[in-house]
Amino acid sequence: MANSIEPIVMPKWGLAMTEGMVNTWSVDEGAQVNAGDEICEIETSKLANMFECPVSGPLRRRVAPEGEMLPVGALIAVVAEPSVSDDEIDGFVTEFQENFVPEETDEDGPEPETVSVDGKKIVYLKLGDSDADPVLMLHGFGADMNGWLFNQGALSEDAPVYAMDLPGHGKSEKDVGEASIASLAATVERFLETVSLKNVHLVGHSLGAGVALQVAANAVASVKSITLISPVGFGTEINSEFLEGYITAKRQKHLKPVLEQLVSDKSLISSDMMDDVFKFKRIDGVVDGLKKLIETNFTNGSQAVSLRSHLDDIDGSITVIWGKDDEIIPVSHSENLPDKVDLHTLDNSGHVPQMEKATQVNQIIKTAIGG
Amino acid sequence: MSKKSYREAINEAIAQEMRRDENVLVWGEDNVGGTGGDGEQDAWGGVLGVTKGLYPEFGGERVMDTPISESAFIGAAAGAAATGLRPVVELMFVDFMGVCFDQIFNQAAKFRYMFGGKAVTPMVVRTMYGAGFRAASQHSQALYSVFTHIPGLKVVIPSSPYEAKGLMTQAIRDDDPVIFFENKVMYDEVEEVPDDPYTIPFGEARFTREGDDLTIVAIGRMVQFANDAADQLEKEGISCTVLDPRTTSPMDTESIIESVEETGRLVVVDESHPRCSMASDVSSIVAQNAFKALKGPIQMVTSPHTPVPFAPELEDQYLPDANKIVASAKLAMAS
Repeated sequence: MANSIEPIVMPKWGLAMTEGMVNTWSVDEGAQVNAGDEICEIETSKLANMFECPVSGPLRRRVAPEGEMLPVGALIAVVAEPSVSDDEIDGFVTEFQENFVPEETDEDGPEPETVSVDGKKIVYLKLGDSDADPVLMLHGFGADMNGWLFNQGALSEDAPVYAMDLPGHGKSEKDVGEASIASLAATVERFLETVSLKNVHLVGHSLGAGVALQVAANAVASVKSITLISPVGFGTEINSEFLEGYITAKRQKHLKPVLEQLVSDKSLISSDMMDDVFKFKRIDGVVDGLKKLIETNFTNGSQAVSLRSHLDDIDGSITVIWGKDDEIIPVSHSENLPDKVDLHTLDNSGHVPQMEKATQVNQIIKTAIGG
Repeated sequence: MSKKSYREAINEAIAQEMRRDENVLVWGEDNVGGTGGDGEQDAWGGVLGVTKGLYPEFGGERVMDTPISESAFIGAAAGAAATGLRPVVELMFVDFMGVCFDQIFNQAAKFRYMFGGKAVTPMVVRTMYGAGFRAASQHSQALYSVFTHIPGLKVVIPSSPYEAKGLMTQAIRDDDPVIFFENKVMYDEVEEVPDDPYTIPFGEARFTREGDDLTIVAIGRMVQFANDAADQLEKEGISCTVLDPRTTSPMDTESIIESVEETGRLVVVDESHPRCSMASDVSSIVAQNAFKALKGPIQMVTSPHTPVPFAPELEDQYLPDANKIVASAKLAMAS
C-alpha cells in the first residue's frame, strides 16, 4: 500500500447497528498502528467495545470527533504512508465525505430465516454469498446468533457464514429435548441436512464448541475444519456460580457481577446487554430449558461429558482458541492437547475472545478455514 | 423479533394466550364491532382497534360485543372468572369506572378474601387512560391511584410496547383481578417486541437509566419523558436513575427505597392529579423509609388539580413533560 490511502470506517457490529460513536481515541494522529491494534472505543446503542484497526500504517487523520454519533460506513480515520501528502489526505477526506451515502437501514438487509428441523423451529442467519465452503457458527449457553456480531460479518467476506440459534436459545424452539451435547449435535446435523450444507467449517463457542466437536466426531455430516473457542468437554471444572447466577439474577445489580465473569475487561458489560439477558429469560420455556441444560451437562459444577477423545477421531483441521483470563472454563483445559491441534491462547481475554479480541479471533478463523 | 406497536403488542399477547388456553375470553363494547347488524363483522376491534382480528380467529363464542352496560358485563366477567374462565374485558375509558365500580372493588376484589381463599378471580380489565388525545375531561383521566388503593386488585401500567406484551401475558395468567391501564396516546408507538410469548413479573421495577445524583420514579407514559429529561440532565452533569415501577399494586417499593438511598434525591412523575396520587404515595413511602438518605425535599411532577382541559393550548400545558421534569430535578439538586 505504498501510496494508497486507507479509509477506516464506522464498523457494523450486528444486524441492528445503524450508527456508532467514537467515545475516546486511544492513539494520536501520526502514530504507527498495526492491524488488530485497538485505536478507539466505539459505543452503539447496545454496547461499547474497543475498535481494532483493520490495516497497518501511520494513522494520519482522526476524522471522527469524540462523542459524535455517525452512521455505519462513515469515515472515522485515515491510514496512509508518510509519502502521501497532507493535501492528498485532505482531498481524500473531502471526497469521501461528499460521496458518502449512509446505508439504508433494516429494509434491504439480510434477515434471519426459519426452518423446521424434526418439527422444531430453528432460526438462522446467513451472511455472504461466495461459493466457498460454508461456515456454521454455534453459540454457547444462554447466548444466541447475535453473540457473533463482531465475527459473522467479517468472516462472510470470504465464505457464506451461517449462525444458528440452538434449541432453547434466541428465536429457535425453546424445548431443549434431551439437552445433552449429543442431542444438540443431532439437531445440528439435521439442520445441515435441511439447509443442504456440505463440507462445512464449524465454529463453536463454549457449549456450542462441544456440539461442534461432537458433530465433527460423528462424521455424519462432512466437516472440513472445526474452530473451538473456550470449549466445554476438555476438563471437568466449569463455573457453576456463573451458570446459576445467570438463571437466578432478577435485577441488573445481581446480573452484572455474573456477566462480568465472562470478560477480562469488565467495562464491556453494558446495561443494554443485561436487558437483553432479562428479555431472553422472560420468554416462555427459556429458564426451564437452561436449567435442563445445566442439569444434563454441568451437574454440581462439573462437566458431565469429556470430549477429548474425539480429537483423535477427526480428520479435518482443529483449531482451539482460549482467553487466558477465562473465568468460566479455565484455560488450563487447553493443556496437553494432541499435536495436530492448532492452539491459540489470547492475552487480556476472558471467556468470549470472539468479542474481546474479535480481529485476532477472526484472523485465526480465516486461517483455519483457508488452510 | 420484529417491531410492533403498543396496540399490536397487546393484541398479540391476548391472541397468544387465547391459543394457549381455551378459557381465555374477550368481551366489551365494540370489541368485535358489527354484531347484530348485516354489515362488516370485526368492524372495530375495540374503539381504537386493540382487539381487532381476534373475532375472525376465535369466533363469537370467545370474542363478544356487549351492550353499553359496564356494570353488567364487568360483573359477568367477575362471575365467569370465579367459575374458572379467564375473561379479558374492556372498560373502554377508565373515566367510566363510576358505572361499574361496585363490580370491581366490592365484588371481584373481595372474592378471594370473602370466600376464605377458596376462590380465585382470574380476570383482566383493560382500560384506556391519559390526556393528550383531545378527548376532554370525561375521557382523559389517569385514575390508576384509585384502583391501587383497593386491596385485592393488581394494577398494571405498561410504559412501552415491549412492556405491554409481557405484562398483558402475565395479567392473563394471574389468578387475581388485574386492572390493565393502556395509555391511548401510545398505541402507535413502536419498538422491538419478541414474537414468542413472554411474561414480566408484577412488582418488579425496571431501571431505564442508572445514575448517582437523583432518582426519578415515573409511571406509564411518563417514563419516556423522564428518560428524555435524564438525557438532558446528563449533559449538564446531573446523572439520574429512572425507575419505572411497572405495577403500582404490587409495587416494588424495595427498589425505590434502595435507589433513593443511593442517590439521596427523588423526583416522582405521575400524570394524574397531585392529591392522593401515585406521586404522593411514592413520596410518602420514601419519606417513611429513606428519610435519612434524603439530601433535600422530594419533588412531584404531576398534572394540576383540575379536570383535563379540552382547549388544545391548555391540554398541552396540563401534562408533565421533560422540561418540567428537568426543572424539578434542578430544584431537587439545589437543596
